Amino acid sequence: MSSPNPTISHSVAAPGVRQLTFGQAINEAIAEEMRRDPLIFVVGEDVAEAGTPFKVLLGLVDEFGPERIIDSPISEAGIAGIGVGAAMTGMRPIVDIMFGDFTTLVMDQMVNQAAKIHYMSGGKLKVPMVLRTTMGASRRSAAQHSQSLHAWLSHVPGLKVAIPATPYDAKGLMKAAIRDENPVVIYEDKLSYPIKGPVPEEDYIIPLGVAEVKRTGEDITLVATSSMVYVALSAAEKLAEIGISAEVVDPRTTAPLDAETLIASAKKTSRVIVIDEGYQEYGVTGEMASVIADGAFYWLDAPVKRMGAMHVPIPFSPALEDRTIPTAEQVVEMAKMLCGRN
Amino acid sequence: MAENPPVDTEQWLHVYEQMYKIRAFENATNELYLGAKMPGLAHLYSGEEAVAVGVCEALNRDDYITSTHRGHGHCLAKGAAVDRMFAELLGKEAGYCRGKGGSMHIADQETGNLGANAIVGGSAGIATGAALSIKMRKSGQVAVCFFGDGALGQGLFYEVANMAALWKLPVIYVVEHNLYGEYTHHTETAAGDVLTRAAGFGLHAVEVDGQDVKAVMAATAELVARARRGDGPSVLLCHTYRFHGHHVGDINRAYYRSPEEEAEWKAERDPLSLLADWLTENNVEQQVIDQLEATVTGDVQAAVDFALNAPYPSPDEVTSHVFA
Ligand SMILES: Cc1ncc(C[n+]2csc(CCOP(=O)(O)OP(=O)(O)O)c2C)c(N)n1
Ligand SMILES: [Mg+2]
Repeated sequence: MSSPNPTISHSVAAPGVRQLTFGQAINEAIAEEMRRDPLIFVVGEDVAEAGTPFKVLLGLVDEFGPERIIDSPISEAGIAGIGVGAAMTGMRPIVDIMFGDFTTLVMDQMVNQAAKIHYMSGGKLKVPMVLRTTMGASRRSAAQHSQSLHAWLSHVPGLKVAIPATPYDAKGLMKAAIRDENPVVIYEDKLSYPIKGPVPEEDYIIPLGVAEVKRTGEDITLVATSSMVYVALSAAEKLAEIGISAEVVDPRTTAPLDAETLIASAKKTSRVIVIDEGYQEYGVTGEMASVIADGAFYWLDAPVKRMGAMHVPIPFSPALEDRTIPTAEQVVEMAKMLCGRN
Repeated sequence: MAENPPVDTEQWLHVYEQMYKIRAFENATNELYLGAKMPGLAHLYSGEEAVAVGVCEALNRDDYITSTHRGHGHCLAKGAAVDRMFAELLGKEAGYCRGKGGSMHIADQETGNLGANAIVGGSAGIATGAALSIKMRKSGQVAVCFFGDGALGQGLFYEVANMAALWKLPVIYVVEHNLYGEYTHHTETAAGDVLTRAAGFGLHAVEVDGQDVKAVMAATAELVARARRGDGPSVLLCHTYRFHGHHVGDINRAYYRSPEEEAEWKAERDPLSLLADWLTENNVEQQVIDQLEATVTGDVQAAVDFALNAPYPSPDEVTSHVFA
């Protein structure tokens, strides 16, 4: 086993760059894009003066006015549908869905309309819209405000799905989503909003479908998404203390999936755990594990393991909720097991 | 309601031609199905021609429409070409969607057609979003959302109608009330009445005989003018009837719709006969009408032949157009 020599990529820590929170990074991305392109607008519940319940959009209405930061009724399917129609006819809407749990309410508009219109029309019509929503448990919000349902939309051809972990990625992926000619869904982890990180002032985008190695390592790959990137990084620190060098790879988008980078890392380390906050069963982790097992089969020394949310509705009580989401300790245990260290 | 727009018999002959084109198109579609030459099914628009044509004649080419599973009439009335329509129905590359959409998904942005939709009521959001886009771009267009009485059971419509009213969007919801949703009479599925529902949202609502193309056109012209003035959305309730089954394969249907009822509508309320009678009463010679019908029938036959002989898309195209 090689000695730990982790390098943490620029998007997690880079010296001398301005620090923004994840929420500020999202806000700045939208503001900069709206300054650039007058066709962009935001529609959603409590997006204007309230700046959303998470305060992420605060200030946008002051700069862009209520004509471009539009407070809507509590009609998720309706605003998703209106976004689709506006996008088809020359506008570039950002539809704000307060909680990712309400993905259920926009399914027809996203799955049967937005995702298919370009294909069904033989390439004539297109739907350049962004649907931004949230994910993540651990806020004591109980079963209808704590789910991570990004697997649902990742399942559908014609949709792109981004799940940024860091402020840097949040800004770059949001800009890429806004400029994309297709419907793109962004799932933002609610607990990530106050997390600070380096965000350069200059304009940049992160292409959709490009993973990032968040920490390099030799012995095991931790593929982790969104909030689980932090869980994986923390596990990697602990593993380093016992001489296991973990590589952390963040796919950054589930659709398209950067299979190449995941497989390359798996070939290098020969052991993989995939960690995601969505439900493990029929979830994102299953897809990624399968892609890796297929692509790196002859290089693997252990089965690819999955860690996702426990298969229960997310409970309210802290005593229960904290059991449902993978922790760094659990990742460490799993990694030790795969490396033959317990 | 305003007077009928002042038009001469030439113009009404054009309207008749549009309606006759739809009828001939649907008859040919039925033949293609019965002759096992068409993949899948189709929902024929025959009997309802006055709605699509009356509405679309009151629109400009760049105004938007969204259509339904029973959409051939809307597409043709908005200006689609019969040959590319048939090609789409047969899954050919020359079709409006390169064969990827088929009967229920014909879209043609050149004529403002944002696409037919096989989700009942599914396009209410798209039409309303197009209207929001029109308002934001200040383009002066209007958006028309066609849907059936069955779609009144879908919640999406009420969400977007509320926003259309709040935001005074230039959208017209055209309810094609043909009494049935599939195999069920509307009295089993819809409580209250449509105009009252619309009024509850503060929508301007008008009711019209959907078999009378002149009435549909006049009513639409007024709603279009309102929308263009910035006076907001409206509902146009059109009473109509489909002459065929729910789709081409719905042949034995006496269990839900009596042959007597069908015969009566066809004999008394055929929108084509009603307009043809009016034309002859207004001194258009029967021979002129016969000639027009013969020409359209010939065009439709030529379009069918074109589509039957047209090539399928390359199998490689299955993976193209997933993303723009
Ligand atoms: C959301 C949805 N539910 C059910 C169906 C199946 N379906 C197709 S057409 C139809 C009836 C629609 O009736 P209506 O809106 O009155 O239109 P019509 O066929 O009478 O023109 C149904 C139930 C569907 N396509 N979409
Ligand atoms: Mg009906």
